[in-house]
Amino acid sequence: MKLELTAAQRAARAEFRAFAAAEILPHAGRWDREAALPRTVIDALRERRYLGSNVPVEHGGVGRDMIDYGLLTEEIARGCSSVRSLLTVHDMVAHAVLRWGSPAQRQRWLPALARGEVLAALALSEPNAGSDAKSVETIAVDAGDGWVLDGRKKWTTFGQLAGLFLVLAQCDGQPTAFLVERESPGLAVRPLQGVWGTRASMLAELTFAGCRVPRESLLGRIGFGLSHVVAAALEHGRYSVAWGAVGIGQACLDACRRYTAERRQFGVPLADHQLIRRMLTDMIVDVRAARLLCLRAGWLRDQRDPGAFMETMAAKYFASTMAVRAANDAVQIHGANGVSDDYPVGRYLRDAKVTEIIEGSTQIQQITLPLFDFQEL
Amino acid sequence: MDGMDATQIKIKEFLSRFFKSHDLQPDEDIFALGFVNSLLAMQLVAFVEKEFGIQVEDADLDLDNFRSIRAISSLVARKTGAPAPA
Repeated sequence: MKLELTAAQRAARAEFRAFAAAEILPHAGRWDREAALPRTVIDALRERRYLGSNVPVEHGGVGRDMIDYGLLTEEIARGCSSVRSLLTVHDMVAHAVLRWGSPAQRQRWLPALARGEVLAALALSEPNAGSDAKSVETIAVDAGDGWVLDGRKKWTTFGQLAGLFLVLAQCDGQPTAFLVERESPGLAVRPLQGVWGTRASMLAELTFAGCRVPRESLLGRIGFGLSHVVAAALEHGRYSVAWGAVGIGQACLDACRRYTAERRQFGVPLADHQLIRRMLTDMIVDVRAARLLCLRAGWLRDQRDPGAFMETMAAKYFASTMAVRAANDAVQIHGANGVSDDYPVGRYLRDAKVTEIIEGSTQIQQITLPLFDFQEL
Repeated sequence: MDGMDATQIKIKEFLSRFFKSHDLQPDEDIFALGFVNSLLAMQLVAFVEKEFGIQVEDADLDLDNFRSIRAISSLVARKTGAPAPA
């Protein structure tokens, strides 16, 4: 048993960290205030091949393994959770196409997704269907030469930019997945404003009104859209979000190290106050523990081990709740500065809260994890 | 596990983690027994892929391929080119 990164993995992490320091960190606060990512950062991700980076070489990708992918995600999130969200949703769709796409679908979409030529988004949640995904109300009807979709999707992360949507709809009452292009007739995309977490993740609301898509838009089989196709996407998303939460935790620690060294109260730096050190200790240990859970999940995912499902869920549960604790303490340590735009910790708290909601809420993990564990007894 | 081949025994061992109090028989319908939930679906795919070195494709997404120990072993046999199970 050797619990350390290889030289290649450390080098990859250094590359990701340098990228985030140069291209993301200096701008993240502004992107958050503007509630949008500029084209430049997306182009930079594309040029570095950071989008769809798990797509294997034979499908036009760079074939990054799960550990490298995790390290990338942490470093990106350490800079900006909205950029991390782009990686998450894009890669979720790429993963679902890789896992359940037909040879023709893989050939058509994977090279484009791996090169970032097309951005992808998951259109799952609806006004009346969140955690209860099997109850989506969007319907798909077999129209002979294709499918006709009717319904509404909400909270579609990067829906404002995506050219391809993975859509869950009911087909004869059975959850079924479709790949829907943005230009499909009958699909309208409306920006969704006013969110206060991962604010630059450019959410959209989608309306399908007699939206016609070709026969080959069906991804997987009828009735397997949630249990297999979307489940595969969500499993990948949980892994990505878990690492993203580690990135937030590390960013909180970075900010608090700086602040507690500089800020003086009662004649000494904050770091000399024992109650501040206690919060720093919790943060340090929590971040390290979450990272270890993520590494374990990533290793199992690379082995294609069935146990990866539980480990990924455990990692996401711990990391997201950890990120909220860390960010909450980070704001507390910063005092009034913590709730001002002059410091990033308020953003970290808002972004951390989102990780507890997406890709399976904390409560969904709490009712599901024991079921996994009992299987192993 | 009388009458089961090595593949079927492995499948039964895996499924038994989910159905602890039930002695699952080769032809029992795991869907009809109410044992399949969303946790099992993806884990079952991952299990057969890793254990038997096959790739479950979208074309294999048919409940009849996963309905029983014998159905799953037949899928494995088809994908590996092994003789169909008894």
